Amino acid sequence: MLGTLTILLLCQLAGELITRVLHLPVPGPVIGMVLLFVGLLVKGDVPAPLQDTAGGILRHLSLLFVPAGVGVMAHLHRLGTEALPIAAALFGSTLLGIALTAWVMSALSRNGEDRS
Amino acid sequence: MSPDFHEIWVYLSASPLAGLTLTLVAYQAGLWVFERFGRRPILNPVLIAVLLIAGLLTATGVEYRTYFDGAQFVHFLLGPATVALAVPLYKQFNEVRRSAPALLVALLAGSAASALSAVGIAWALGASQRTLLSLAPKSVTSPIAMGVSEQIGGLPSLTAVFVILTGIIAASLGTWVLNLVRVKDWRARGFGMGVAAHGIGTARALQVNEVAGAFAGLGMGLNALATAILLPVLYHLIFG
Repeated sequence: MLGTLTILLLCQLAGELITRVLHLPVPGPVIGMVLLFVGLLVKGDVPAPLQDTAGGILRHLSLLFVPAGVGVMAHLHRLGTEALPIAAALFGSTLLGIALTAWVMSALSRNGEDRS
Repeated sequence: MSPDFHEIWVYLSASPLAGLTLTLVAYQAGLWVFERFGRRPILNPVLIAVLLIAGLLTATGVEYRTYFDGAQFVHFLLGPATVALAVPLYKQFNEVRRSAPALLVALLAGSAASALSAVGIAWALGASQRTLLSLAPKSVTSPIAMGVSEQIGGLPSLTAVFVILTGIIAASLGTWVLNLVRVKDWRARGFGMGVAAHGIGTARALQVNEVAGAFAGLGMGLNALATAILLPVLYHLIFG
């Protein structure tokens, strides 16, 4: 658990440093994810402690969004005056985004399987 | 207010303990409600927790900033959690490699559709430019979305709120809309949730199916990359 947490933080830290040194537009943790992924490819399997810790954190991934979500308090005025455009945009674009992405992916991979 | 009570209040508002505990308790309450009433997606634990905390803070007159000073320790874990997404991704690597071309096309279609339709709908209904720019990056994970928002002239904290709301909408209605367009493939379902609704969509996908969860994590990572690179370019093309 402790060792794994250290590995995750090291990957994140390396990711943050890389994005800053190379001026990448991508956040550090995403580069950190790529680093860990490459590490797993090199190693060839997922060590059990890493599996447990990663599973534990990801099981409660949505908890981590709560503090930022409460920030809604600070924008109640704007959300009130522009309620209709904001609500329509959020619902419309989110549902369209999910449906289109999934539909394109499923249509393309089905064609691929037919040919093979 | 008695002096004792006042002293306790001062302690609580200065220490991170209160904000941290409140966050965990509210989330547990959200989970309890979610489980107790038949795991309906609309009873999203994040939504419930946010409403509980925002209600309590408003009622007691505590500022968001004060709460966040404590809760930021939970917020911080988003970083290591993003790194940890490499694990499900690695386990699905063969699947991912096989469907790489489909993933790439779906990513570009979904990423562009999410951002453009959000801005388009809000623009058609008369939203202010600040709101439009804050909406554009709302499908990607909050640290990136906030960075992009700042870059193109939106309000990062408003973008963070849009990001969370997008996630909650996806977690609540994603299953419904995926059934509506009759996509049964778990890879495609997960990927759609991740591309359109970042970590909260991924959390929901992980809850439903492991393959969907891995593809959602991949979608979230790829869209973070795509949005961070493409949106500022698009902005300069449109607004000059």
